[in-house]
Amino acid sequence: MRNPLRTIYNFYVEGFRNMTWGRELWWLILLKVIILFAVLRLFFFTPTLAGKSEEQRIEHVGNQLTNQ
Amino acid sequence: MVESALVDWSRLQFALTAGYHWLFVPLTLGLAVIMATMESLYVVTGDEFWKKTTKFWMKLFAINFAVGIATGIILEFEFGTNWSNYSWFVGDIFGAPLAIEGIFAFFMEATFFAVMFFGWEKVSKRFHLAATWLTGIGAAISAVWILVANSWMQHPVGMEFNPDTVRHEMVDFWALVLNPVAISKFFHSVFSGWMTGAIFVIGISCWYLMKKRETRFAMASIRVAAIVGIIGTFAVMLSGDSSGIQAAKYQPMKLAAAEGLEEGGPRAPFSIVPGVEIPGMLSILATHDLDGYVPGINNLLDGYTSPDGVQHPSAEEKIARGKRAIEAFGQYRTLQASDPAAAAEARRVLEENMAYFGYGYLTSREELVPPVGLIYWAFRVMVGVGGALLLLMFVVLWAERRGRLPQMKWLLWASLLAIPLVYLAGQAGWIVAEVGRQPWVIEGLLPVKAAVSSVSVGAVQTTFFLFVVIFTLFLLIELRILMKAIVTGPQIENE
Repeated sequence: MRNPLRTIYNFYVEGFRNMTWGRELWWLILLKVIILFAVLRLFFFTPTLAGKSEEQRIEHVGNQLTNQ
Repeated sequence: MVESALVDWSRLQFALTAGYHWLFVPLTLGLAVIMATMESLYVVTGDEFWKKTTKFWMKLFAINFAVGIATGIILEFEFGTNWSNYSWFVGDIFGAPLAIEGIFAFFMEATFFAVMFFGWEKVSKRFHLAATWLTGIGAAISAVWILVANSWMQHPVGMEFNPDTVRHEMVDFWALVLNPVAISKFFHSVFSGWMTGAIFVIGISCWYLMKKRETRFAMASIRVAAIVGIIGTFAVMLSGDSSGIQAAKYQPMKLAAAEGLEEGGPRAPFSIVPGVEIPGMLSILATHDLDGYVPGINNLLDGYTSPDGVQHPSAEEKIARGKRAIEAFGQYRTLQASDPAAAAEARRVLEENMAYFGYGYLTSREELVPPVGLIYWAFRVMVGVGGALLLLMFVVLWAERRGRLPQMKWLLWASLLAIPLVYLAGQAGWIVAEVGRQPWVIEGLLPVKAAVSSVSVGAVQTTFFLFVVIFTLFLLIELRILMKAIVTGPQIENE
């Protein structure tokens, strides 16, 4: 009896290997994901509350909302 | 005080990102149904022609999907960076639906999308067909969670504000999911996707007819797309009617602004264009009653008594109660450790005025009025273009059934030119929904200016322009790949 996980794995591997026009799209997706996560997220979209503890976040937002 | 430039740039950036994301979503939703219908015809008839037709539209679906994928992630980056007050304040209300969407979409799409593209010769016809339908259904279900989150911002239900954590906490999951605004918005958005997919397929098929190629493929595609599009448009109209009722109940300022209605009342008129009105029509649309009372902008600002005897406070009173709520919130936070009794009293005042919390950030009644001109015209573009496209689909279907379509050059051109128009209508719809709810991020609870993070304007401007450049490039790449695929065509007649 064939291992179902192996069958699923082979299904994906063969699918990717036999791609024709889809290859270009996957490169596009890869490029986009790299730009999104390795450039934009890392250097430009640092979460404002990052690095703060739960209490510090409550304090920060609470102050922001009461001191406007 | 937050700089107004920061608010404007943050808002503009979010609007641009969301608008860009919405270029891809409706085509995914609509094309999925059209190609699944075509594949169903293949399974039922066994005719290879339908398989090749399905495969061609599936290819365009994949190109659109590949470029559209992850454009929504930028919105989540913006929540964390530019809208941290908002992100924290909404708490689980927003996080839970988005988390469900992310997990569900990923597994559903990774599974069935792969079967759809890799499985043609590997799984049975029926299993493949199920995968195609499930990809479409999965995309629609993803939309549910996004729209549940969006609708909560338009009509916050099923939550309570916890001043200890400065967050909203979910108290009724089903109230959140079955929010009437979410139900209307889901059907309105998904079926507008059907319209987009239909017009896209019709327009491209008409291009083949103009070029005198792929005639059988084009005529068959037009037939399926027009039927899907006509059904979708009627569903858009029904859900749009329901959205109008919801707006009248929960966001009356949005409705008044979309109509440019300064003074309301019973038998309120519907404005077709400035100076041309249908008496009583707005009352019918907003309340399903000719004598239904629809408040105008001035009534909402001055305060009014609705026919059921409910007193609606003036803008000034709401602002005063909002300020009381914010002040009580501040007192609660400071007195909690030193004076529990005073803190409890502050909490009581906060809870009593919580419904007006967001009004406390406003400095004048004028801030409560969204940009009337933009919403008024966006609404007319949405409805006008939508109506014209419905008519176009009927005419195209009639001409196709009579076999006259290939000779009707003007109709072929009109169908091709309809492609940008359907996108225009979709974007106009979101302008009505989102600009119409200004100044609110969360209706009544948090205005945009209190939701932004204290970051520098320069940082937001940098990411704004960066985004414009990067995503314009991606859009151009998509159009190039899409054009190449269309020009190559399905090549059914060459085989």
